Amino acid sequence: MFSWFGQVSFVPFSKVMEFARHLKNGRLMGTKCKSCSYTIFPPRADCPECMSGDFEFKEYSGKGKVFTYSTIAAAPTGFEALAPYTVAVVELDEGGRLLAMLGDTLDAATLDIGMDVQVVPRIDEEVPQIKVYYTIEKAGVTWKKAPPHTVD
Amino acid sequence: MSRVGVIGIGHGRFGRRSDATVQELAFEAYRMAMQDAGIQRQDIDASVIGAVPEYHKQRSIAGVIQEYLNLNPAPTWLTEVACASGSAAIRTAWMSIKAGLHDVVVVIGCQKMTELATPEILALMGRVGEVQWESVFGTTFPAYYAMFATAHTKQFGTTHEQMLKVAMKNHYYGAQNPNALFQKEITMEKALASEAVASPFQVYDCCANADGAACVILASEEKAKAMSDKVVWLDGIGCATASMSVLNRPNLVSLPSAADAAKQAYKMAGIKASDVKVAEVHDCFTIAEIMAYEDLGFCKKGDGGKFIDEKQSYIGGSTPVNVDGGLKSKGHPIGATGVSMTYEIISQLRGDSGVRQVPNADIGLTHNVGGIGQYTFVHVYKRD
Repeated sequence: MFSWFGQVSFVPFSKVMEFARHLKNGRLMGTKCKSCSYTIFPPRADCPECMSGDFEFKEYSGKGKVFTYSTIAAAPTGFEALAPYTVAVVELDEGGRLLAMLGDTLDAATLDIGMDVQVVPRIDEEVPQIKVYYTIEKAGVTWKKAPPHTVD
Repeated sequence: MSRVGVIGIGHGRFGRRSDATVQELAFEAYRMAMQDAGIQRQDIDASVIGAVPEYHKQRSIAGVIQEYLNLNPAPTWLTEVACASGSAAIRTAWMSIKAGLHDVVVVIGCQKMTELATPEILALMGRVGEVQWESVFGTTFPAYYAMFATAHTKQFGTTHEQMLKVAMKNHYYGAQNPNALFQKEITMEKALASEAVASPFQVYDCCANADGAACVILASEEKAKAMSDKVVWLDGIGCATASMSVLNRPNLVSLPSAADAAKQAYKMAGIKASDVKVAEVHDCFTIAEIMAYEDLGFCKKGDGGKFIDEKQSYIGGSTPVNVDGGLKSKGHPIGATGVSMTYEIISQLRGDSGVRQVPNADIGLTHNVGGIGQYTFVHVYKRD
C-alpha cells in the first residue's frame, strides 16, 4: 500500500504503510510513541528516543512554516514532464518537517523562508491506480476529509 | 603515539575516460605512486579501494583491482560513503596501520561514471535523497545543496554572485592543472548565462561527473622513515555523520558533520584552523565551499561570502582553498575525489606544486563530504 505514496515510488512496504491509507482519506499523519509520547513527522515505527516499536498514528493539522526551497529545472526520471517545479521543506507546527512540491495556490516567486503554509493531502485523479501525495499551499486552504473511521 | 606517513602519491587524468576500464584508471595512479615511493609490490601489505559500487558494471571492484595490480594474496577491501569513499579508504588504511596489523597500505580512489547512459544517470540522480519521504517528490542532488543556498542567503545575505566567485576561482586554478577535466577560466557573465539547474544554481554552480583515479601509499612511522626522505604525516583525522534526511538537520546553513570532524582532526593534530596553510574542500556545489570556509573555521559563520569576495581563499589570501581547481574544475569521480584532494595536499606540502605552489605550506587539510553531509572526513597533514 505504501506504493500509493508519491509521484514515483521506491518503497512499496514499510511498518508505517497505513500512512498512505490515511492520506487517501484526507488525513496527514505523524507517529506518536506509545511508550514515551515522542511525536514525529515523517512517521516512523521505531522510537529514536526510547527504542520502543509500539507506535500510533497522530493526525497533523498540516500547518507549518517554510524552512527552505528550490525550483528544480533539471528533473530526474519520472519528473521530466513536471519541470520546472518547486520543492520546499516545511517545519510542521506539531513537530517534524516534510518536503513536498508547491501546489497551485502558491507561486514560487512569492515564497519566503518563515512564511506560513498549509500542507494538503492529495489524490491524483488522472491515473487509474491509487496515487496519493501532499502539496504545500497557501495558509488557510481547506480540503475534504473522509468521515471518521473510514477504513479504505 | 607513533605516526602514519604518506610515502607515495599518484594521480591520473580526470575526464571522460572512454579509453580505459576502471582497473586501468586505478593502475595509472598506482604506477605513479609506486614510482614516487620507490618501492616494490612485495613491500605492500594491503590495499583499500574507495569507490561507489552503483556506477560500475563490474561488481565487487576491490577484488578486480587487487588482481590487476598483482597484489594477491594481500588483503583488500572497499569503502563506501558516497562522495567521501576515498577519504574513508584513507581512514581505514590509517586505522589498520595504527592497529599494528599492516605497515604499508596502498589506497586507491577510483570511479568510472561516464559509462552509464543518461537515463541511468537521471534515475540515480532521483535516488540521491532519502527515498521514502523525499525522492518521491522529485528531489535531486543539486536541489539539496540549492536548499542550503536558499537558507544561507536568507540568514546571512550570501549572494549568488558570491557563490559563482567560488566557481571562478576554482576554474582559474583548474586551468593550470593538467589533470583537470575543465582546464579553462570562466567569467561571471558566462556563469550567469548558464542553464538553470535548481534555483539559485545554474550549470556553473555544479561540479561534473567524471572518470578518474588517484593513489596514495601510507606507511607506519618506522617504515616511512626507512623508505622515504619526503614523508608527509597524517597527524589528525576526524569523521562525523549527520542525518541522511534533510528533514532532520538542525539548520540548513552548515554541515554539522564537517564542523565536528574538523574539531576532532584539529585536536588530534594539535593545531587550530588558522594554522592551516592550504586546504582542499568538497566544492561539489558552490555553496558547499562557502559553508566549508565557515565549518572549518577559516572564517566566522556567515562570513563565507565575504571570504571569497576578499579572495581570502586564493593563493596569497588567509587560507588558500582548492588551488588545484577543486571538484568544480577537476571533475568529481566520486570515489577518487578524497584521494585526489590528498594528492594535492601532499604535493603542496612537499613544495612540488609548481605555478600553483602555496608559499610555506607546512600544514594542509582535506575536507571530503559524502552526500549532503551525511558523512564528512577531515584530515590534517604536516611535513617535518
